Amino acid sequence: MRQFLTETLDQLTRADGVRGALLVAAEDGLVIAEAAMDGVEAAPVAALAASLAGRLLKVAETAGQAPPALIHLEATEGGLFIAIGESGLLLVAVTTADANAGEVRLALLDGAGRLS
Amino acid sequence: MRSIEPWVEDPVRTFLAESAARVVLLMTSAGQVVAQHGFTRSMDVMSAAALGAGIVASTEEIGRVLGDSGLGSQAHQGRRQGIVLAPFMTPLGRWIALVVYGPETSLGLVQLFLDRMVTDLRVAAPEPQLARPVLAEDFERDLNASLRALFGR
Repeated sequence: MRQFLTETLDQLTRADGVRGALLVAAEDGLVIAEAAMDGVEAAPVAALAASLAGRLLKVAETAGQAPPALIHLEATEGGLFIAIGESGLLLVAVTTADANAGEVRLALLDGAGRLS
Repeated sequence: MRSIEPWVEDPVRTFLAESAARVVLLMTSAGQVVAQHGFTRSMDVMSAAALGAGIVASTEEIGRVLGDSGLGSQAHQGRRQGIVLAPFMTPLGRWIALVVYGPETSLGLVQLFLDRMVTDLRVAAPEPQLARPVLAEDFERDLNASLRALFGR
């Protein structure tokens, strides 16, 4: 199991512009596994990403919409991608500002699909 | 929030605002209450402080028996709320934070902002002063002042 998680995260970090990848427990915002978090602290990213995902899921529910499969937060110096898995897991990628968003999305959704 | 050390109030308020925790209790490792938010009865505060200090002491003793003196914070996850009990060092000695949180936040967020509060407390802490001799008249006055500060009586 551990090796499977590591492989999934390693595959994600091979996408252009991905600085690090995390597997996070959605309910408590704790890190389950991480890969290549270059200069980024994993625990704060996990806690804040889980909080953001939880709030956006509530927004979607309140609006009567289907839950989002992927969240993309774009900032001036980088990006945060969160794929919401079916088993209470979040797959999170921290990227540079010039990352290929399409490639990261595909890699995240592929990884989240394998985790479900 | 009520405290007997005014300099702890800003870090604790920031922690409460950012973590969305419901209750926070700061105490010394001996169980003496330094600050509290969220308790309404003085008996609850004193019980929680005594139990929290006892749990931390017991955990550390288990760690010592097992040859691991580095056991840190502990978390208890209930159905409706969770509890984090975290010992930490300050310039004034070893303190313990007891935090109760609900489903509106998460363990990860509470731990994240708890770490920041500890850093803020270390920065805000005054220089330790030499211990004064405990006199009977001072003891009663200091005790009453602390009770008033913590419970508004």
